[in-house]
Amino acid sequence: MITQKQRPRLAVFKLASCDGCQLSILSLEEDLLLLDQAVDIAYFPEASSRMEDGPYDITLVEGSISAPEHIEQIKNIRAQSGLLVTIGACATAGGIQALRNGADVADYVAMVYAHPEYIQTLKDSTPISEHVKVDFELWGCPIDKEQVRHFLSDVLAGVEPRFPEHSLCMECKRQEHLCVLVAKGEPCLGPVTRTGCGAICPAMGRGCYGCFGPAEVSFPAGREHANTDALASRFSEALHLSNDEVLRRFKGINSHASAFKETAEKWQKMEENKHE
Amino acid sequence: MNEMSSQGHESKTIRVNMLARVEGEGALHIDIKDGDIKNVQLNIFEPPRFFEAFLEGRHYSEVSDIVARICGICPVAYQMSAVHALEKLFEINIDPQVRKLRRLLYCGEWIESHALHIYMLQAPDFLGLHDALELAKSNPDIVKRGLRLKKIGDEILKTLGGRAVHPVSVRVGGFSKVPSKKVLNGLLEELKWAREAAIETLQWTTTLDFPDFELPYTFVALSHQDEYPFNEGEIAVSGAAGKAQYAVSDFEQHFKESHVQHSHALHCLYHDQPYLVGPLARLNINADKLSANTKKTLDDTGLSLPFTNPFKGIVARAVELLECVEEAISIIEDYEVPASPYAEYEVKAGECMAATEAPRGLLYHHYKVNAEGMIESAKIVPPTSQNQTRMEADMSVLLPSIQHQDESEIAFACEKVIRCYDPCISCATHFLKLDINRSS
Repeated sequence: MITQKQRPRLAVFKLASCDGCQLSILSLEEDLLLLDQAVDIAYFPEASSRMEDGPYDITLVEGSISAPEHIEQIKNIRAQSGLLVTIGACATAGGIQALRNGADVADYVAMVYAHPEYIQTLKDSTPISEHVKVDFELWGCPIDKEQVRHFLSDVLAGVEPRFPEHSLCMECKRQEHLCVLVAKGEPCLGPVTRTGCGAICPAMGRGCYGCFGPAEVSFPAGREHANTDALASRFSEALHLSNDEVLRRFKGINSHASAFKETAEKWQKMEENKHE
Repeated sequence: MNEMSSQGHESKTIRVNMLARVEGEGALHIDIKDGDIKNVQLNIFEPPRFFEAFLEGRHYSEVSDIVARICGICPVAYQMSAVHALEKLFEINIDPQVRKLRRLLYCGEWIESHALHIYMLQAPDFLGLHDALELAKSNPDIVKRGLRLKKIGDEILKTLGGRAVHPVSVRVGGFSKVPSKKVLNGLLEELKWAREAAIETLQWTTTLDFPDFELPYTFVALSHQDEYPFNEGEIAVSGAAGKAQYAVSDFEQHFKESHVQHSHALHCLYHDQPYLVGPLARLNINADKLSANTKKTLDDTGLSLPFTNPFKGIVARAVELLECVEEAISIIEDYEVPASPYAEYEVKAGECMAATEAPRGLLYHHYKVNAEGMIESAKIVPPTSQNQTRMEADMSVLLPSIQHQDESEIAFACEKVIRCYDPCISCATHFLKLDINRSS
C-alpha cells in the first residue's frame, strides 16, 4: 500500500506544442482521480495552480525545443527529474513545427512577422533527446490516453514499460481493414509507421499519415528502422506520385524523425536534380 | 510562481510568471505607479510555430490534418474553418446529412471543451481551490459528473473522427467515412444521461458567487437564421459598439490585427476597439436559436440576458453544453446514412474565407489556392487573439478597485478574469502572419 508520504511526485511540463498530449492526461476520466491517489501531482499548470518546485520522480514533457529559452529550461527540468519522459511527437521528434527545419529561418521570420525583432525562435524545432538524456519516449500526435495509463501503471508497479514498435500494418490487418495502399491504390504510411493509434486512418477509409513516427525492428545485432525508401519508391512507381508528392508524405507530423527525414531529403534532391 | 517587486513605496510591479489552468503558456505583467495602473500586459510567450508559413506549398487536401495541430483542445474548429473555406472556393454542395454529422462533430468538441473548462479549469476559482482534484476530495460527485460529461464529448469525436484529439476523418467535401445508424445510436444512452447532467451543471453554475463586475462589452459571434451557430452564418456585432452584421468575406475590412512586442499573438480590434468572442457573445447574440429545453432550463434559473459579466461565461458555457447535448441527441435520432460520405468536386484557383465557432469563439481562415490545389498563402485568426485586448481592458477596469490589496491577491484576481475567457494560448500563437503589403 502506497502511503501519502511515499507517493512519487509527478510533473508535467510544456514547451512548443498544441496541448493535445497533456489533454490525454486530463481525459483519463475517473482514472485521473485514481492517479491523484497514486502519485502526488506536484507540477501540472494546465490542471492546477498549485505549482511545486522539484525534484520530481516522474516528469512528463510535452513539446519540442523551439525557442532559445527552452534549452536552459530543459536542462533545469532534467536536473530536477528522476524519470524524464517525452509525451508525443513534438517532444519525441520535434513535431509538426519541425517543418520549418532546413528553411532559411531569417527569411522565414521576416516573411511571417510584422516585427521580426520581437520574435525569438531557434532555427530548428528539435526533440528533447537532442538536448538532454531522455529515459522513455511516448510517440504519437497525439499520444493515446491508454499509453499514459499503461506507462504510469507499469512504472508505479515497478515494471519496465514496453510498447510495440512494429509497423501499423500488423494492427490494421488484425482489425481486417481493406488495405488502403494495395486495394485502394492510395498512399498510406502504415507499412513504415509505428503502431499505437489503433489503425484509425485505415478504419476511417484513408491512408495513414505517420502520427506515431517511424516503426522500428529489433534484431539481435541491433535496431533498424522500417524501410521508408522502399515505400517511397512504391508511391512513385506503382501509385505514380510526383517527387514532390512523395516527399510531402514523409514531411508531415514527424518530419524530423531520422527515417522520414532521410527519405524526404532523398526525394527533395531528386526533385531538385530534375530541374537542373 | 508569482513575483512581486517594490520600487519605492509608491510603485509596484506584479508579475505572474506562469498562468495556471489555461491552455498554453502565458504570463501577466502589471505596473502600478502612484496608485495608477500604468500598464497591464498579458504576455503570450508560447513559442510561435509558424503554421501559416508551412501551409504554403502544401496541397489543399493536407490542410485539415496540419491545422488541427494548432490546438489539441479545439482541432475540429480548425479543420472545419479550413474545409468550409475550401468548399466555398470549389463550390461544393454538402449533403444535408453530412452537414448534420459535422454539427454533431462540433457538438462533441464543444461538450469536451466546455466540460473541461467548467469543471477542471474555472470552477476551482469560484470555490477558492487550486484544482478540480481538490474539489474531488470534498465533492467527488461534482467532479465525476464533469469528467463523465467530457467523456461523452470525446466519444462523439472518436465515433466520427477515429480519436478525440486530432480526428482523422474530416476532408474537403465531407468525411472519409461516415458511421452507420447503429454505431451512432450507441451514443444515445450516455447522451440521455448527459442531458440530465448538463441541466444539473447549468443549475450548479448559477449558484456560484459572481463578483459584481458588469462591463460595456462589444460582442461578436456568428449568427445564422435557423440555428445556434457552429459552422455557418454571418458575423454579428452587438453591445457597446452597436448592432452590425457582416459577411464573413468582409471580416478583414472590419477586424484588424496588430503585432505588439509583449505578445507572440496578434491583437485584433473591431473598428479600433476591443471586443469579445466566445460563449458569452454567442449566447447574447443567439439566445433565440436555443432549443426549447435549453431555453426553459435557462429561464428557470431566473438569470436574464444579455450577460455582461465575464464571470457568467461559465453559465453561458453550461447553457451551450446543454444545447450541444440536445442537438446531438436530435441529430442521432433523425440520422440517415448519406448516399456518399463526401461530395465530388473540381479544384479551382482563387481565394476563400470561412469562419466557424470554436468553443472559445470565432475562428477565421483565409486561403489562396492555385489551379493545382496548392496553398499559396494562409491567414488564421483564432479566438484568443481576438479576446486578448479585451482581457487586458477587463483587468484595467478591475485593478483600481483592488490595487491596495496584497500583491498575491491582485495577481489571483487578475488570473481569475483571464480564466473567464478560457484562453487558448497554444492557438493564439499561430496566427502571426500579416499581409505582406501592410508590413512594408
